[in-house]
Amino acid sequence: MSSTVYIAGVGVISAIGNNVAEHLTAFEQERAGMGDITLFDSVHKGQLPVAEVKLSNEQLIQMTGLPVRSSRTTLLSCVAAKEAWDDAGIDDIKQFRTGFISANSVGGMDKSEDFFVDFIADNNKGKLRNVFDHECGSMTEIVADKLGAKDFVTTLSTACSSSANSIFYAARLIKNGVIDMAIAGGADALTKFTLNGFNTLMITDKNFCKPFDQNREGLNLGEGAGYLLLVSEKVVNRLGKKPYCKLSGYNNSNDAYHQTASSPDGTGSYLAMTGALAKAGLQPSDIDYINLHGTGTPNNDSSEGIAVKRLFDPQYPPVSSTKSFTGHTLGGSGGVEAAFSVLAIRHGLIYPNLRFETRMEELPFEPVKHYQSGQEIKHVMSNSFGFGGNCTSLIFSAI
Amino acid sequence: MKAYIRSSACISPQKTFNSEGFLDDIVEYNGTRLNIIEPDYKDYVDPKLARRMSGLIKRGVAAAKKCLEGTGIDTPDAILAGTAFGCMEDTITFLTRMVEMNEEMLPPTAFIQSTHNTVAAQIALTLQCHGYNNTFVHKGISFESALFDALMLLNEKEAHHIIVGGTEEMVDASFKVLSRLGLYRRQPVLNLDLLKTEAKGTMGGEGSVFFLLSDEASGDNLAELTSVSTYYHPEDIEQKIFDFLGENGLTPIDIDLIITGRNGDIKNDAVYHKLNERIFKDKAIANYKHLCGEYPVSSSFALWLAANMVKRQEMPLSVIERGSMTGNLKRVLIYNHYQNKYHALMLVSAV
Repeated sequence: MSSTVYIAGVGVISAIGNNVAEHLTAFEQERAGMGDITLFDSVHKGQLPVAEVKLSNEQLIQMTGLPVRSSRTTLLSCVAAKEAWDDAGIDDIKQFRTGFISANSVGGMDKSEDFFVDFIADNNKGKLRNVFDHECGSMTEIVADKLGAKDFVTTLSTACSSSANSIFYAARLIKNGVIDMAIAGGADALTKFTLNGFNTLMITDKNFCKPFDQNREGLNLGEGAGYLLLVSEKVVNRLGKKPYCKLSGYNNSNDAYHQTASSPDGTGSYLAMTGALAKAGLQPSDIDYINLHGTGTPNNDSSEGIAVKRLFDPQYPPVSSTKSFTGHTLGGSGGVEAAFSVLAIRHGLIYPNLRFETRMEELPFEPVKHYQSGQEIKHVMSNSFGFGGNCTSLIFSAI
Repeated sequence: MKAYIRSSACISPQKTFNSEGFLDDIVEYNGTRLNIIEPDYKDYVDPKLARRMSGLIKRGVAAAKKCLEGTGIDTPDAILAGTAFGCMEDTITFLTRMVEMNEEMLPPTAFIQSTHNTVAAQIALTLQCHGYNNTFVHKGISFESALFDALMLLNEKEAHHIIVGGTEEMVDASFKVLSRLGLYRRQPVLNLDLLKTEAKGTMGGEGSVFFLLSDEASGDNLAELTSVSTYYHPEDIEQKIFDFLGENGLTPIDIDLIITGRNGDIKNDAVYHKLNERIFKDKAIANYKHLCGEYPVSSSFALWLAANMVKRQEMPLSVIERGSMTGNLKRVLIYNHYQNKYHALMLVSAV
């Protein structure tokens, strides 16, 4: 049970890049991915900025070889999961017991919402192929088939912490000896359903979001997918190259405060961060960088900030929210930001928190404003919090 | 990895919740769909809160609280749920309004309760449980995935008492879509005849079945959940069953009863008929989907059934296909598959 789980591959797609290399360039150039809605018709077009992946469904279908009817979530998931798998350079997936543990928040909703327009006019109408893959599990199943990873396949959904949970569930499957390795993470495509949902809560910013800024007004919705290849000690010894790092700590705690709002004292996030530190056997002062959940909503950033203060004061590590680049990729965000955390260790990076101007009144610290390279990063904490009080923190550590 | 089943609460189309009897007064349905019998929620959910909750959320909270009743455990260490479709009522409500009101002036309540983790989250909120909280949404093995997580948590000593359940609601829109996809019978059928009249399609169902799993021996425990395993597109399920029993130091001889996932659909049931004459030959056989209908986490009903059968040492006539009580009911094997893709095995033992 004390065995180590290593990260041997990384894959990511978001509004700032279609693969790992493009992300690293975008970070260096401090280039955000937000813009106007182009993926669907909406009354919010031109009103609410969103962070879309810069590839059409047709281009993604061509890249992945998946069927034309595929949900965009499946397509994004496939691109990033495949990159994580290819990155490790293991030639045959069948030589080890391999799992695919994925996550998303609304399944094939991008297709279902098209179906629904015709369906509510007449329940006998609507193209069934648009609703066939509505279930969250469909995305996972299709990508697992594509990868050939079939020894343990499942899907988690805990709103915006979904894919942080899938990553550590995969690690536990390896530690419990159920599988030898797993591709784990998650994906979500931009949908009208989630865009309107967050908009009704009045937590969307009409401008580019400003996480952890005193004058922040809300989040920008994004889309994307992030996956890691997690491997056991047995597998790592057979790899042709050095793994990126290890997953040293993780914790899932519940805020138990409100369905959508976070508690003022950040109970859930505090418990998740302290739990992950305890699991890793680390002190707060060991953390070299925190990739914040940092959605840019007044409530999240205040609650998360207070929890960081309770745990780290007076010695704060560099912190930032990469959602200032990618927008909030919902069920994909835990995977996307886990990928960034792993890359921070490998390349010695601290990502900037774009558009930060004014320190929050209630906090004695502020996020990093500009890209920093050449840093010695040993331990990175990645926070992912979601509706339902679901709070998860992961800690990645250099080897 | 194993756990004790300390208690269970079952909200189903049968009189299973807060009922003294054990499937001795079967509710008959004539149609293609079975809906749950709504419990009286007022003992479990604050009526003011209940008004805002969808059926699925209320059922989850009520079943979870019922599991804790009389156990002396107020707050579990972890809460886990399995649901393939999640909160369909709220999802459909928000989708409908979004289309009808052209994305303007939408109320947020349906959206915020539409996420799949709402049931586990509302249980945590009600019980003020800050522990591990997870929701699995993988089609026909959503419930088994949650169970497997619970077994790992106990094995890791991260938790001692865990609420885990399978929960699904069948709303009109999903019933209509799934009917159009060909899942259900074209003609109405009496649920008690469902398995006797095999044809294309089954009956739709729903349910919320929760368990309190524990690593502590107790005179009150219903049964032991000895092992759980899931298989995606297994090449030879019969061999998998032999292997599964073997891993637990058992052979088919050691099993007293098999509960299968027959649902009255010819294609679905073919594998059960085959195995009943092979690995399950001469075994007592029980079925359950004529009582609760087919739905992705229906195996949670089967686990409730198995745990109560070994506790009570009873085999209700309404579930028996073959055989009868002969001696002790020590070990029950549940074998269910979902659309021939996902197969799952659960082994339940008397304590």
